[in-house]
Amino acid sequence: MATSVVLQKIVKAYGEVQVVHGVDLTIEPGEFTVFVGPSGCGKSTLLRMIAGLEPITGGDLIIDGQRLNDVPAAKRGIAMVFQSYALYPHMSVYQNLAFGLETAKLPKAEIAVRVQRAAEILRIEPLLQRKPKQLSGGQRQRVAIGRAIVREPKIFLFDEPLSNLDAELRVQMRVEIAKLHNDLGNTMIYVTHDQVEAMTMADKIVVLRAGVIEQAGPPLELYNNPRNIFVAGFIGSPKMNFLKANIEGSDATSTRLATSTDVFTLPRPTSGAAGSAATLGVRPEHITITPGSGLKLADVRVDLVENLGGQTLLYTTAADGQTLTIMLEGQLQVELGSTVTAHIDPARLHIFNAEGNAI
Amino acid sequence: MTARSLATGASSGERAASPSVWSRIWQNDAPGYLFLLPWFIGFLGLTIGPILTSLYLSFTHFDLLTAPRWAGADNYVRMFTNDAKFFASMRVTVFFVIFSVPLKLAFALAVALLLNRGMRGLPLYRALFYLPSLLGASVAIAILWRQIFAGDGLVNQVLALFGIQGPSWISNPNTSLWTLIFLSIWQFGSPMIIFLAGLRQIPQDMYEAASLDGAGRWRQFWKITLPLLTPVVFFNAIIQTIEAFKSFTPAFIISGGTGNPINSTLFYTLYLYQEAFGYFRMGYASALAWVLLAIVGLFTAFSFLTSKYWVHYDD
Repeated sequence: MATSVVLQKIVKAYGEVQVVHGVDLTIEPGEFTVFVGPSGCGKSTLLRMIAGLEPITGGDLIIDGQRLNDVPAAKRGIAMVFQSYALYPHMSVYQNLAFGLETAKLPKAEIAVRVQRAAEILRIEPLLQRKPKQLSGGQRQRVAIGRAIVREPKIFLFDEPLSNLDAELRVQMRVEIAKLHNDLGNTMIYVTHDQVEAMTMADKIVVLRAGVIEQAGPPLELYNNPRNIFVAGFIGSPKMNFLKANIEGSDATSTRLATSTDVFTLPRPTSGAAGSAATLGVRPEHITITPGSGLKLADVRVDLVENLGGQTLLYTTAADGQTLTIMLEGQLQVELGSTVTAHIDPARLHIFNAEGNAI
Repeated sequence: MTARSLATGASSGERAASPSVWSRIWQNDAPGYLFLLPWFIGFLGLTIGPILTSLYLSFTHFDLLTAPRWAGADNYVRMFTNDAKFFASMRVTVFFVIFSVPLKLAFALAVALLLNRGMRGLPLYRALFYLPSLLGASVAIAILWRQIFAGDGLVNQVLALFGIQGPSWISNPNTSLWTLIFLSIWQFGSPMIIFLAGLRQIPQDMYEAASLDGAGRWRQFWKITLPLLTPVVFFNAIIQTIEAFKSFTPAFIISGGTGNPINSTLFYTLYLYQEAFGYFRMGYASALAWVLLAIVGLFTAFSFLTSKYWVHYDD
């Protein structure tokens, strides 16, 4: 039976310095939630408060309807996988997996069964008698996850578990953790600063900045409808382009926008006042250079071309000096220094007001 | 230029292009060796020389006044077959090592654990606790110790407050050695500093993982702290054991150089000193020194051999 987690006005302060500012969040039973944000945004602190490793300064942590603020870490029904794996180096893999169960004074036969089951799930049976130093990074990560599995927790917490692995192994482990979630169906909370991990694994992404939730929702919701410039810039790779513009006027069906080089009409209304400054957000993958495909955004000079095989990336500069990254499908030959015209589907254009909020 | 001078020039040019290995080493490394020379002279003259001399003297009879007389293995044979004081001093020293080293290490670890809890003013406490180690082996402290444990000393004055009539701790053969053991434990600063450094090396997330696993402080200590600290325990145990075997000054001062009462504080080194500078039996004293070296060497070798079973190195 999966478990719900509710954070109500959660605050964390170290002395006078408040680092988490009244976070409200509901995590549904069985949901895979990813906390994402830049370094120092409070995502790990929030995770550690849920785990019971950091005292909660204010607000309520409610798990399955019970307030657990003052319940010790071991009694919250939570298991955590650490960034450093935190395997006990002097114990064998078996002893590492069995440690929590021995502490709970489970019968030896029960411990053996649980360890064996976890080892089968993670395919680490041949490694059970080895010491952590005899394992590769990926194997250590599996053991760390195994240590969480054997305890049969209600909630799994992952604190940047893949950041010590190389790129290939990271992709592989990402898939394995996602599969594990599908198989076990537990509530999982995962912290990362890698937005690709967040997009590919999450049922729900929580974007944090400076101890505040900027936006929470399904990955595609955040991708398609970012609430502000920060979320728009954080979610998506390559990063969204931002262009300065002015709202010249808006009515019930359209908005007239002016950039420093072009003026165009967007066939949808916005809440921005006429004459106010705005920022246009355009994802690189939504720009085309084919004439007649959507609104003309700007004429740009090609500074650099990166052929990725499946896509071609153009790094360009508009006449007013603003830069624009364009991602095109396929392998294109574009001459450096040439001028291309960037077009955008109006439905894909994001507009943010002077405060950075979507309008 | 003549043909001859041309030929000579070519020859010296070849030599310059391919100097011998030794001359190249000399040219490149001479300054280094020159800087090393003072230490090397001292090492040969003050360390290696006396060591080899004492090895030679251990096979002689030598009274400092007449030339050494070759005695073969006589000194060693006498030591193991006809010297009750040798065995008495060995018994005292081993007793001292067996009790003082573990107690000192346990006390040092306990204080290090206390200081590792992130208390305020840690550098001050660290310095204060380290102070006895700087002073502990000195003559002054040994004299002070004698006063504290004397019949009318501080310990008995405190006991008298509770109506207890304490013995003269240093005059009683049953307690005299224990006063030296306590003095040794009091010098816990050096191993404590090393333990503290070792404790700081244990990653915090090990304890966090253990606390999530439900392990309390006691279990964390036995299952996480102590095993991960074993390299430091090993190092401290070796160093402190060697120090304990070499211990001399406290026993010399407290017993007035006699090792009394009834040889109860006759440390091995004190006996060696008596033989060398009391009876001027330098040959026999040298043999005693070599036997001590062999014992310490065997202990150290045994420790290293068994360390793979109980010392846990991370990588």
